[in-house]
Amino acid sequence: MSKQEVRFLNPPTVEAKKKKYCRFKKLGIKYIDYKDADFLLKFVNEQGKLLPRRITGTSLKFQRKVSQAVKRARHIALMPYLADGLK
Amino acid sequence: MEKRYETVFILTPVLSEDQAKEAAKKFKKVLTDLGAKVTHEENWGLKKLAYPIQKKTTGFYHLVEFTGKGTEITELEVQFKRDERVLRFLTIALDKHAAAYADKRRGKAADSKTKSKKAAEA
Repeated sequence: MSKQEVRFLNPPTVEAKKKKYCRFKKLGIKYIDYKDADFLLKFVNEQGKLLPRRITGTSLKFQRKVSQAVKRARHIALMPYLADGLK
Repeated sequence: MEKRYETVFILTPVLSEDQAKEAAKKFKKVLTDLGAKVTHEENWGLKKLAYPIQKKTTGFYHLVEFTGKGTEITELEVQFKRDERVLRFLTIALDKHAAAYADKRRGKAADSKTKSKKAAEA
């Protein structure tokens, strides 16, 4: 019992973490349209709230633009302020 | 210094299609009378709203793009507020990226129109 190797019952799964990236930088999108509600749907959760950058991987510069666009879309009723089961 | 602007407004669904068009024309006239140039307009037709406004669940969407000095907007928005037919409006200034995007979008819209025309012919 002196030196025992650490053994796992199941081989530990080490997932290769996928690096997040900012899709706007990668695709060269410069302007986020508030009229395109289907696209903006990617940046909100099912309650219609904005997703944090840590989840979407958007850079700060574009996160500000996303939030601006979502707020505009909400104002002209293309997106809901409150929702239930948006996705 | 002239700038490009874009206005989206929603008209009540109580109106008929023609009345909605007439109302849109009225606001375009307001702009042109004030010396702004209307460069583009779009009629999205009757659309469902994401949430009810004044107990209405649908509305006629119109988009107008214009260039001007920016002083027209105050007057335009006063007109929007006075008019009972308007449920909502939003005016934004287009920066250079937005302007490029708007041009591209317009080009695409024109393409799809010609395409649909061609499809109708064929």
